[in-house]
Amino acid sequence: MIPKRVAARSGYDLPLATDPTGRFLAWIMALMVYLGVLSLAAALLISDMAGRWDGGLSNGLTVQIIPQSGTAARPVAERTAAALALLRASPGVLSADALPPEQTAKLVEPWLGDRGLAEDTDAALLPFPVLIDVTIAAGTDTADLARRLKAAVPAASVDDHGAWLADLRRLARSLQTTALAVVGLVSLAGVMTVVFAVRAGLAIHRHVVQLLHLMGATDRYVARQFESHVLRLAARGGGTGLGAAVLTLLVFGWASGGLRATLLPDFTLALWQWAALAVLPLVLCLLAVVTARRTVLRTLEDLP
Amino acid sequence: MEYEARRPLRGLTSGACRAPAPWGCPDGSGGSGDGTVIRFDNVGLRYGSGPEILMDVSFALLPGSFHFLTGASGAGKSSLLKLIYMAHRPTRGQITLFDRSMARLTRDDLPELRRRIGVVFQDFQLLPHLSALDNVALPLRLAGVPEGAVRTQCAELLHWVGLGNHLESPPSTLSGGQQQRVAIARAVINRPRLLLADEPTGNVDDGIGMRLLYLFEEMHKLGTTVIIATHNETLIQRFDHPCLHLENGRLTAMPRAFTRRM
Ligand SMILES: Nc1ncnc2c1ncn2[C@@H]1O[C@H](COP(=O)(O)OP(=O)(O)OP(=O)(O)O)[C@@H](O)[C@H]1O
Ligand SMILES: [Mg+2]
Repeated sequence: MIPKRVAARSGYDLPLATDPTGRFLAWIMALMVYLGVLSLAAALLISDMAGRWDGGLSNGLTVQIIPQSGTAARPVAERTAAALALLRASPGVLSADALPPEQTAKLVEPWLGDRGLAEDTDAALLPFPVLIDVTIAAGTDTADLARRLKAAVPAASVDDHGAWLADLRRLARSLQTTALAVVGLVSLAGVMTVVFAVRAGLAIHRHVVQLLHLMGATDRYVARQFESHVLRLAARGGGTGLGAAVLTLLVFGWASGGLRATLLPDFTLALWQWAALAVLPLVLCLLAVVTARRTVLRTLEDLP
Repeated sequence: MEYEARRPLRGLTSGACRAPAPWGCPDGSGGSGDGTVIRFDNVGLRYGSGPEILMDVSFALLPGSFHFLTGASGAGKSSLLKLIYMAHRPTRGQITLFDRSMARLTRDDLPELRRRIGVVFQDFQLLPHLSALDNVALPLRLAGVPEGAVRTQCAELLHWVGLGNHLESPPSTLSGGQQQRVAIARAVINRPRLLLADEPTGNVDDGIGMRLLYLFEEMHKLGTTVIIATHNETLIQRFDHPCLHLENGRLTAMPRAFTRRM
């Protein structure tokens, strides 16, 4: 009797499933996706972090009026008033306010206790500077402002947030570039692995490929077999890698929940960022399939 | 064995599988041909830098003809067939296949031409990891025939060659004669326009050998051009077809005439 079963075909025409390179390819792919997803997550977190710094601290200066000792010294209050006057008269300065001594005291309270600062700044237990919080318009020449301030008010120091923020941003950008470069390198390594595996497969099954050709197989037909084989392995490896990476991120997020310092990234990603991470293995799978096809077609082209 | 007394290619001639062109007609694949399926002009072949295996071979076969190819072992029968199915290129001379000059064929032309040729290899060349049925199915799958039709047709043909109980067997579990029948089924499943069989009855007894010859005869009646390389004198006697005889690489017995099909 003729079996009525119209089963899907029992396998590839090429015995690729038994290739020694198969398992190897799946594991490499898992590793690549793991590293790639973590690097991409790092890039996203760093960009979040840099965004938060920007929002909170840009366009600001802190001026310190430092107490001076010696007979020629002018009282801090007097110099503070002079500094405030100069600042408020300067173009680009939106606001300039001296921090009330209680607030300065609060800032140092954890270290010195509530007796750190007396009412009278000059007679305090310790000489504390007065802090002036300055907001400036974007694009203001802070260097010039600092120079004029120092000339007019002795022992004034200017702490430009922009300057160290720029440093941080540069650091963040280079970290981000590094993370993205890792994603690129990982993709490249994935491509090279696929090229290697496909070339090996073609060499191992040279005889079968030759026979298929004699029976009228096109190069595309042979390539399709490799494509579906590579896709199967890449998907399996990619799934494993993505799973492991997500697990790692969740553990990080849980572990960092305790230390919530403002400048550290909290390891939480938005929904779209999770989606971006999930897209990475898909892209790598697609890359693997395209690489497999191109490798087969290129290699076969050189055959007689 | 469950041999059935029906025409072997009934399933093949039903509409499930498409013939590229009416049987027996020269194809319209261009070229100002003379209507021959195969034409050799002073063809020579050597492997690498070895001696010339085939020398000055010239002949022409009309569509629908049936020829035996004879000659001692090592005379070059397999080599001649390899030239026809384009496993090798001739070292000199001209081969024209389906009215197309082989020298002018590009790599992209080959698959389509090769699909018109069914080959029974002397060493079968079955794929060891595929079942008998999947081996037979290869030409259909290469031609893009729907999977349902593929299984039905292959099962039917395997039944006819007496392998109905071995559809899912891998070749390694089959006897030499059974493997040979799988190889033959694979060669004819796609109703090729040119059928080349290299010792197709070498491993079977005369009963089965005769039955397989009738299969080729059936293909021939449908318009397929057939060339069978064989040593089997009984078969050659039984079927009155012209012989191409090779001796030391030269063709000594030319086709009696251009034999038009009946
Ligand atoms: N791939 C090859 N490389 C080198 N020499 C070869 C090759 N194939 C065949 N030959 C040589 O070509 C000659 C003809 O071989 P071929 O296989 O065509 O003979 P044949 O007529 O088919 O013989 P048989 O009846 O034994 O199958 C032999 O001398 C053989 O040694
Ligand atoms: Mg031979």
